Amino acid sequence: MKQQAATAGVLVAIAMAIAPLCAQAQKNARTAWGDPDISGAYAEFTTAPLERDAKFGDKEFFTPAEHEEFAKVRLTQAFDADDTEPGTQEDVHYSMGQFALSENEGVTSLNLRTSIVTQPKNGRIPPLTAAAVARRDALAATRKGKEFDGPEMRSLTERCILWPSTVAPILPRGYNSNLQIFQSPGYVIIQGEMGDPRVVPTDGRKLPDNLLPQWNGTSVGRWDGQTFVIETAGFHPQTAWRGATEKMRVTERITRLDEDTLEYAFTVTDPDTWAEPWGGVYPLTALGALLYEYACTEGNYGMANILSGARKGERETANP
Amino acid sequence: MSRILAVSVALLAACAANAQGVLTALPRAANGRPDMSGVWQALNTAHWNLEPHVSAYPVVIELGAQFAVPPGKGVVEGGTIPYLPEARAQRDQHFENRLTDDPEGKCYMGGVPRSTYMPYPFQILQNERDVVMVYQFATAFRRIFVDGKEEAPLDSWMGWSNGRWDGDTFVVEVTGLNGLTWLDRAGNYASGSAKITERYQLLGPNHLQYEATIDDSTVFSRPWTIRMPLYRLVDADPRFLEFKCEPYAEEKIYGHLRKPGTAAPVGASSQ
Repeated sequence: MKQQAATAGVLVAIAMAIAPLCAQAQKNARTAWGDPDISGAYAEFTTAPLERDAKFGDKEFFTPAEHEEFAKVRLTQAFDADDTEPGTQEDVHYSMGQFALSENEGVTSLNLRTSIVTQPKNGRIPPLTAAAVARRDALAATRKGKEFDGPEMRSLTERCILWPSTVAPILPRGYNSNLQIFQSPGYVIIQGEMGDPRVVPTDGRKLPDNLLPQWNGTSVGRWDGQTFVIETAGFHPQTAWRGATEKMRVTERITRLDEDTLEYAFTVTDPDTWAEPWGGVYPLTALGALLYEYACTEGNYGMANILSGARKGERETANP
Repeated sequence: MSRILAVSVALLAACAANAQGVLTALPRAANGRPDMSGVWQALNTAHWNLEPHVSAYPVVIELGAQFAVPPGKGVVEGGTIPYLPEARAQRDQHFENRLTDDPEGKCYMGGVPRSTYMPYPFQILQNERDVVMVYQFATAFRRIFVDGKEEAPLDSWMGWSNGRWDGDTFVVEVTGLNGLTWLDRAGNYASGSAKITERYQLLGPNHLQYEATIDDSTVFSRPWTIRMPLYRLVDADPRFLEFKCEPYAEEKIYGHLRKPGTAAPVGASSQ
């Protein structure tokens, strides 16, 4: 593990030295029908954490030297996280390192930013409003003691319904945090490796007011110069992304920076959950590989194991 | 004389084309290929049974007439599927156990060709390198490599698709299917050895002829073909709503593992 981390650190350093030379090469690539070309398969992982460590204050960027040190520690932590305590829940999970599922065993984008979140200036997600805290606590109270009663009590991810790495706004998390983008005249299709393809029309149409609730929301897009801008609303109440309501609106901006890199920026608005809009930016780096089918529901042994484990535990408690 | 002959030949050709329902003015993409972009759906009973069938009782009798099996003339060229004897017995076994075993009931991806004629829409998007198909049911997704030659790297539910244009027909060879899907609700099936050759041919702006030849010598005595038209959904917004079917399959799959005394949240997880 340590050896892998050291190797990764060296690769990061080499890539950082080369990156500027390649920049601009394909920045203005276009599709056959004239739209900016953002198609390809990309990794979402980046060295910047979602939120900034409070000790950095409003410092938005590392120096290259600081970044090298920071990235080394972060990569090492990711590998060390595979060493779990015997007897804990984490220890029962398969080893992320063993199955190449660790965050940093794929492509990890270099990022001098100290956090993905850039708005507000402190790089931290605004606190939940009092109403949002009350909602969260009420939901937790209704679930308390019933978390393992049936499949409907488990998380949307465990139920193969939704993933943070695919629903808007897209954030790197867990494993398989990759996406692919296809373009055709009038549409951009964004498909997270584990999630549903989002078919986004590019004709600039407005989101209607009477949207039916969708787990992934409904998206419309438009080209703003070289940038593809997506507006998404109409989320399902149970999507509840980070505790948000169905009134959440997301704006995403995707821009090609060079042949291998897109910039992904997002803003989230939901006054019922956060007092102010917040957002961030991070690079998407070309995978140089194909994405394969992720059949979640079809192979969801995890759900059966979770529930049968809970039943076994209950029997043992009842008949010690 | 030769002029009259030429005109006659042209008229005959036009007649022949018309007789097949082929129009000369197909929607075309910038690269000149027929433009299949849009949302399509089959309008037949192939999802119930590919073979000719009369109407039948619903699999759960309480479901009554609205869930009865409607009749259909079938979409198999020649009528019946040329099963090997043991494979036919397996199909019949599937039919007997369809309430519990049909992958559709578990919200599993439909595979190829079943996804095409399930009673749900699917969207085709195309450019010069890729044809992408997005299916409403189980949010299945296919990337078809135009002029692709790569072998399937592993088996999957939707298989591995290499496509090519044969004149105005888009021909797709599908391999790498995992053999866990069925072909319809009657239990017809192919194995993971199957090679499916699909042919998509626009008949006009709103009709897409679909053909699939199933070649699988472990299950069938010869390759066989299904054929049907697909219809364009001409709504103003051609996108379809999402249909996350997982909640509706959870009780079927995991109900036996539920805590005794608790009940499925019928209605609660629906959209």
